[in-house]
Amino acid sequence: MREITYAQAAQEAIIEEFRRDEKTVHMSAELPGGLRREFGEDRIRVTPVSESAFAGAAIGLAGSGFRPVAEINLATFGFVAMDQLVNQAAKITYMFGGQAKFPILYRMRNGLGASAAAQHSTNSYSMFMNVPGLKIILPSTPYDVKGLLKTAIRDDNPVISFEHMALGGMKGEVPEEEYTIPFGVADIKRKGNDVTVVALSKMVPEVLGIAEELESEGISLEVIDPRTLVPMDRDTIRNSVARTGRLIAVDEACQTCGAAAEILSLVTEDNATFSRLKAPLKRVCGLDIPVPFSPPMEKFAVPDREKIIAAVKEVMAYPSR
Amino acid sequence: MEVQMELESSRLVGMYRTMLTIRRFEERVSREFIEGNVPGYVHLYIGEEAVATGVCSNLQLSDRIVSHHRGHGHCIAKGADIKRMMAEIYGKKTGYCKGKGGSMHIADFSIGMLGANGIVGAGLPIAVGAATAARLEGNNQVVAVFFGDGGCHEGEFHESMNLASIWEIPLIFVCENNFYAVNTPSSYAIAIDEIYKRAEAYSMPGMAVDGNDVVAVYKAAEELVERAREGKGPALLECRTYRWHGHFEAKPGFGIPDTRPAEEIEAWKKKCPVAAMERRLLEAGILTEQDIKQIDNQVIAQIDDAVKYAVESPLAAPEDALEDVYASESTVTGGTA
Repeated sequence: MREITYAQAAQEAIIEEFRRDEKTVHMSAELPGGLRREFGEDRIRVTPVSESAFAGAAIGLAGSGFRPVAEINLATFGFVAMDQLVNQAAKITYMFGGQAKFPILYRMRNGLGASAAAQHSTNSYSMFMNVPGLKIILPSTPYDVKGLLKTAIRDDNPVISFEHMALGGMKGEVPEEEYTIPFGVADIKRKGNDVTVVALSKMVPEVLGIAEELESEGISLEVIDPRTLVPMDRDTIRNSVARTGRLIAVDEACQTCGAAAEILSLVTEDNATFSRLKAPLKRVCGLDIPVPFSPPMEKFAVPDREKIIAAVKEVMAYPSR
Repeated sequence: MEVQMELESSRLVGMYRTMLTIRRFEERVSREFIEGNVPGYVHLYIGEEAVATGVCSNLQLSDRIVSHHRGHGHCIAKGADIKRMMAEIYGKKTGYCKGKGGSMHIADFSIGMLGANGIVGAGLPIAVGAATAARLEGNNQVVAVFFGDGGCHEGEFHESMNLASIWEIPLIFVCENNFYAVNTPSSYAIAIDEIYKRAEAYSMPGMAVDGNDVVAVYKAAEELVERAREGKGPALLECRTYRWHGHFEAKPGFGIPDTRPAEEIEAWKKKCPVAAMERRLLEAGILTEQDIKQIDNQVIAQIDDAVKYAVESPLAAPEDALEDVYASESTVTGGTA
């Protein structure tokens, strides 16, 4: 199968969906490459640096029968448009009693690792998980980003896509043929028997690399990527943990009230899965600090190979009942 | 008098009836609220009826509006069903939003009422999107967005004015300047003396009118709506008016005390937009005292019906709260298309 980058796969998704549905409209503060020639100025709209205005304009367009894609760029800029995202887009289908739908794709770049410091680096998805009415996708591979973005554009609800800034150049297999990926279906990126590791975003390739190493030491990791945080595929995670008896959630985001905590909870509150646990559940997350600028400090703030391996060893060493 | 004669009598009477309907509706909501029959908060439009009426009388059914927290008047002026409005205010299943929104969130997409809004200024960007849609469709529709002098303090006002201007979209920004954001006077809060002048900063026409004179509002809006319909872009219309009641209704001893000067409130009540229109219609011989009494009786009867409908309608079941979080049948199941 051909290999293309994550960024190319995302671009293909946009192009294919814009060809498929002429009601799609793109808005971003910078002219996106490779779209205007084919789709024209009306549909590929450049905005001033007015995040609230165009995040909100997306709502008005969506409520008028269009399918806007609003590219917020860095996820930290999303905070500027928080009212439109949280008070408006997320809630008004509900507040209006379901009489209107708001199909919107908001794209944001999340993540650390670029020495961009705290106002340009964030993994803010768990904040939005706390806002009913939004759907949240977190693609970690070229294949996933294409399939999930296509589904997001066709979805009748506001969807936020978090695409890690370090994944853009990642290569992977993407079929030439049309496909979409349903929301709420996790992907078992690697089969294993000893420890279930649920990894998010850039932590997925990170953990997959570690899994290869640990295999040679006789520890078998099952690596699950939920792919969509809302809706969350609880069953795939629970079924895996019921089999392995051990769970580690690895997330680059700050630990407190994060997606990792939610993943641990959905295991511990489930009687059937809880009864199969062999060890305490662990989180390996980003530190609860604003993202530091200087590379050694920034690197220290995120889960790395050592922290992840230490967590695996710890749960494996826990006395079996 | 001259001004009135330029408009058809039927138009003038129609606007009078709309204003009176808003007035009687709001008076009734106030009463029902004070008596404890309406939950939550209600922000009443009494005193400002001429603005919604004058603007919306220029709009077609297919034109659209975006409203704010004080939105009952806009709904009525755009042609909403007052039964379903009242039912929503009562929190009933038969309300416009099935009881999920309440007074501050009434919407009726079927008549182009794209929703009231509980966040000051938040409707402006949404209206920009709706007007952008009209422009993309090339359908000659226009959008009017209502906001107050308080809304002018929000960044979204400036972002939306700018975006609307550079995109040349058919959007009328209607500032209902009632001179107070809750109790904070706009004379203190706004850095310039007149709000309409802000239009110049965004290269669009700005006008100020007596917002208690429905004919003046109508004529100003007519010009701006036609301009927008012809593809000439957005405009700002400042309508100077006054809210008779406090920021929201409250039982005595509750809520935010109204600190506006009593004599100021009384002075504005003398400039009542409904009474002014009534006088004009009488003086022009378009309506008689008897006609006016008859219209009032009809309006009151309609509102009685609306309250009866609301009272007799069922409350939503608790578990109905789980519906409509997402648009129905929304999730694409995926697979190969």
